[in-house]
Amino acid sequence: MSVLSLQSVSLAFPADRDISRTRLVLDGVTLHLASDEFIAVIGRSGSGKTSLLNLAAGFLKPTSGRVSVDGVDITGPAADRAVVFQDDALYPWLNARDNVAFPLKLKGVAKGARRLLADELLAKVGLENAGSKNIWELSGGMRQRVGIARALASEPRFLLLDEPLGALDALTRTRLQQFLLRVWSDSKTGALLITHSIEEAMLLATRVIVLAPNPGRIVADIPANFGRQLLSGKSLQDIKDSPEYRRLHDGLNGLIHADSEEEAA
Amino acid sequence: MTINIGAIAPATPSVAAPAAIEAQKPKRSLGTLPVSLATIAVIITAWSLASAYGLVSPLFLPSPLVVLKAIYSVAVNGFVDSTLAEHTLASLLRIFAALAAAIVIGIPAGLAIGTSRIGKGILDPIVEFLRPLPPLAYLPLIIIWIGIGEASKITVISLAMLPPIILSTAAGVKSAPADFINAARSFGATRLQILLQVILPSTIPSILTGTRIALGAGWSTLVAAELVAASRGLGFMIQSAAQFLVTDIVIAGIIVIAAIAFLFEILARLLERWFVPWAAHR
Ligand SMILES: Nc1ncnc2c1ncn2[C@@H]1O[C@H](COP(=O)(O)OP(=O)(O)OP(=O)(O)O)[C@@H](O)[C@H]1O
Ligand SMILES: [Mg+2]
Repeated sequence: MSVLSLQSVSLAFPADRDISRTRLVLDGVTLHLASDEFIAVIGRSGSGKTSLLNLAAGFLKPTSGRVSVDGVDITGPAADRAVVFQDDALYPWLNARDNVAFPLKLKGVAKGARRLLADELLAKVGLENAGSKNIWELSGGMRQRVGIARALASEPRFLLLDEPLGALDALTRTRLQQFLLRVWSDSKTGALLITHSIEEAMLLATRVIVLAPNPGRIVADIPANFGRQLLSGKSLQDIKDSPEYRRLHDGLNGLIHADSEEEAA
Repeated sequence: MTINIGAIAPATPSVAAPAAIEAQKPKRSLGTLPVSLATIAVIITAWSLASAYGLVSPLFLPSPLVVLKAIYSVAVNGFVDSTLAEHTLASLLRIFAALAAAIVIGIPAGLAIGTSRIGKGILDPIVEFLRPLPPLAYLPLIIIWIGIGEASKITVISLAMLPPIILSTAAGVKSAPADFINAARSFGATRLQILLQVILPSTIPSILTGTRIALGAGWSTLVAAELVAASRGLGFMIQSAAQFLVTDIVIAGIIVIAAIAFLFEILARLLERWFVPWAAHR
């Protein structure tokens, strides 16, 4: 089992107006993601969620602190941490299958094998017939599934997902949440999901992390097991009706709001 | 021959669903076509009337029929030692040789400007020096350097084609979405893989637009270069005809040149549709 660690990580950007000054966006964030965990990060807009994910991916370097995988500092993005983007970032000049096969092509996997693996992954995300479709012929939900299949193709130890379902309609979103949960439990990768939705965080994650803004810092790290309940066949309605779900939902809601009141005061 | 960078930006993205685009197509293509055809008809009619009623001397403006006959005569019998096909072929060969050279040099140069600070530092001043220069200003110098043969004409045309191709390639690099590059990086792509498999493909629509502009610039430079120094080619044909006041052949040459430029434009659009069908959907 692998662990992706952020240790006392801080991140400063140049201040908006005055470039000589800096603005602290993340302050002393410590987070360990094991490769069988599903961590969801919630927090208000601007609290630094995307910055946190970009640090974990290696797109950004921390101003101070360490980002490491199994104790080894990362030097940048690498295939062990695959990212799924909010606006899919699929390559429009490749069809669905070739998009999924793209990470394999980078690794030098032969064409035939690539195709086979890509088709397998497409089947896994329920798109067995969409392989030769153009990206613009796919719906938003299908595109995100292709994006997830593509990320899985690079056989990462960690999936980093920046609001991948944020742009979808409610119905598609609910379907894809359960789909994502199943993909995660089948693939045995760690998952770091950024989301705006408390409900999504609670239903998918084994741990929910709340980020408070200005500067971004972790104010809560709460275990959850509703995803496991969902996987073991309990109905979504039953889960949502349970007192423990209500309690956690109210608690998280309070945390996010308490924070905005504190800011207003 | 100043090239407006704004005009090189890739085609306006359309967010409409494919179905909606299909539905719009017939309407859009019918939009201006009838009006354009009518305009052309009016101009030709006015031209015919002006010649028929002797409003202008045939020496200045021969009638459309005479011009048509001139085209036929040049096509069959030729003019100054070459047929129309030979003149046209000579011009086209120059254009395509120059285009090939401009693409082979321009695309890597554009990629270098767009992706590397050092590349930009080295190439920017050269491009910015070349870009506003009228090619005919440096044609004499090129002739002094490499003689009056084909090479000097192809070089001048190439130099005229280079800036639009370089600048549109560099602009295309800038417009490649950061997520496209970050995605590849998170799948472990090397810098070279990112350049060839992510940046280059996302730049192609912009490169094609640049090529279209380059063809326009190259074509006008070609005709001008042939006016100065050639023994075959459409520009040479016009120049010779003008010296003998054979106005019908001058106009015939102009019409052929316009027709070819128009065909280039159509060809470029077809290439865009075949090569980058996704550009319209981005
Ligand atoms: N490249 C940058 N340069 C300067 N400031 C930045 C940069 N990227 C982000 N920021 C700032 O850092 C803060 C955190 O941004 P971040 O995108 O991480 O927030 P977020 O929680 O993902 O927000 P959202 O929910 O809206 O996506 C914001 O105030 C933002 O303005
Ligand atoms: Mg964000």
